[in-house]
Amino acid sequence: MPGNGISLEAQGLTRIYGRGSEEVRALDGVSLQIRKGEFVSFMGPSGSGKTTLVNLLGCLENPTSGDLHLAGRHIFGHGQVLGERDLTRIRREVFGYIFQNFYLIPTLTVRENVALPLAFYTKPGADVEVEHILGKLGMEHRLDHLPGQISGGEMQRVAIARALVNRPEILLADEPTGNLDTTRTGEIGEILQELNRSTGLTILMVTHNPELGRLGGRHIEMRDGQAYET
Amino acid sequence: MISKFQIAHKNLLRKKARTLLTLVGIILSSWVLVSLLGFNRGYEKALNRDIDNMGYQVMVMAKGCPYEAATMMLQGGAGLRYIEEDVAKSIETRPEVDKVTPILMQAFFDPNKGDGGGIAGYFGIDLATFPAMKPFLRFHKGGWFKDPTAAEAVMGYEAAELEQREVGDLILVPEKNVQLQVVGILERTGTQDDGTIFVPLKTLQKISALDKITTIGIKVKKDADITKLEAALYQLPDMQVVSFSQVKQTILKLIATARVMVLSIAVIALLIAMVGVVNTVLMSVLERKHEIGILKTMGAMPGDIFRLVWTETLILCACGGLAGIGLALGFARLSDLLVRRVLPYAPGGELVAIDVRLALLTLLIIVAVGLLSGMYPAWKAGRIRPLDSIRGEG
Ligand SMILES: Nc1ncnc2c1ncn2[C@@H]1O[C@H](COP(=O)(O)OP(=O)(O)OP(=O)(O)O)[C@@H](O)[C@H]1O
Ligand SMILES: [Mg+2]
Repeated sequence: MPGNGISLEAQGLTRIYGRGSEEVRALDGVSLQIRKGEFVSFMGPSGSGKTTLVNLLGCLENPTSGDLHLAGRHIFGHGQVLGERDLTRIRREVFGYIFQNFYLIPTLTVRENVALPLAFYTKPGADVEVEHILGKLGMEHRLDHLPGQISGGEMQRVAIARALVNRPEILLADEPTGNLDTTRTGEIGEILQELNRSTGLTILMVTHNPELGRLGGRHIEMRDGQAYET
Repeated sequence: MISKFQIAHKNLLRKKARTLLTLVGIILSSWVLVSLLGFNRGYEKALNRDIDNMGYQVMVMAKGCPYEAATMMLQGGAGLRYIEEDVAKSIETRPEVDKVTPILMQAFFDPNKGDGGGIAGYFGIDLATFPAMKPFLRFHKGGWFKDPTAAEAVMGYEAAELEQREVGDLILVPEKNVQLQVVGILERTGTQDDGTIFVPLKTLQKISALDKITTIGIKVKKDADITKLEAALYQLPDMQVVSFSQVKQTILKLIATARVMVLSIAVIALLIAMVGVVNTVLMSVLERKHEIGILKTMGAMPGDIFRLVWTETLILCACGGLAGIGLALGFARLSDLLVRRVLPYAPGGELVAIDVRLALLTLLIIVAVGLLSGMYPAWKAGRIRPLDSIRGEG
């Protein structure tokens, strides 16, 4: 296990957004460690910095200050800012992302949407059999449908399949069920939990839904840009 | 698996109306471009062919004599001056001269021609020298006159068509009330010959009660010094020398302005299409900000996105360019007609000449311009960051 089983290690992560002359301290010196195979849920009031934190952990943007190590490798810190290409290189090796709005490409079929990441990058050992992934997520009967022809819950399954084709180590889910009803939320939750259990996928999930939040093995409560383990 | 090309292509089909409108812009501009380039080349070619089809490179006529049959006809033959036939003989002795042929041009008013009458142009030609100077003349029907004094006529293709005459029919020389028998009808040449009625020189001289001529056509020997010949001819008293290489230069000069205009129009059409492409592609990039951001979370590099958007421009321009060139080829006759209407002088034959090389060149220009206009939107798309799309939306 690289980094002694520690997947992500953040120290004093801070993100300040400038809004005109006024500064917003969206994230205020967060330090935490995430181990490989953990299912961590982030909860907390709106504006507390959940999205900001997972975006930094997921290498979607640079912090204002603080350090981040990924599998023992130093990513952010010492005032150095990574460019878009470097960030992309890290992201495609390590992360898969799903969001509240599924962001499927409306002109492509379910099958094509899932295969889309492979058009840009195919990681050695990638799951090029997209039908196989879709099958495991119960979508084998919708392969040639367009996103406009399937339900919200199904769209999120497609988005999950898409996030998984390149076999990421860490799945980042920012309010994955924010647009779904209770039943669908439960289904997506089960899928995530099953993925975590059977494949050891590390999952970082932001949610407002307490039941979904309980699925994770570890809970982090965000408040005013700071993180508290609960 | 799905390729970037498929992604780009499917995206273009998303907003069909917009894609179609942009395509129409590219189609029109490539149509205009290839037609205008075709004209630029075709015109000079047609002019050269016209001049070659004169058969002679230099013409001598009496001062005050209008040298173009068309002008002569407009003036109803008034102001015609004549040359002695001997002049032709003396010119023939010059070392630069290959052949000469004496011609008598006459115009008669025909009250039955068209609405309210018209002018019929008659050329009295020398059977021994004229056909030899124009070996490319082909007969649609019949042939040349039996002998140099026969009461016979050979009609240009259009003249025969206009007067509805066949070989064997009679024609009446207006004003003179003389009948001639049609013995031959020429194939279409695309030159003034088409509208002319040819009569043996002696016969026309008899009809007109003259023993002179109006014009001498001179065929210069290969590699002979035309300028020297012209200089010598200018020494002849009361003579006017028309050199077709000069005529060609004059016409080309006249047309130069038109050609510059034509090329500016082509450039403007191209610029308009370019703005259309930039607008369309940029709009579609801005609309897809979220999608592009998400492609970036999937591992797409800025260069990948750049190429993706660039491919869209390439598809648009290649399709539009091809369709435009196809239309230009299909409607080449129409462009020909349009161009003819606006030109001060239009030679016969094909004015808008589009060949494979020109079509390829146009396609190349269109695609190059397209790729150039695709650069800014593609660059802009490449710079979209994942968070630009994920953040801040309802
Ligand atoms: N791009 C930005 N520019 C300025 N301020 C920002 C920006 N992004 C986030 N913020 C601010 O940072 C703070 C934390 O935002 P963040 O999105 O992390 O909250 P959140 O916990 O995810 O909230 P929610 O539950 O509503 O998604 C908020 O006050 C927000 O307004
Ligand atoms: Mg959020």
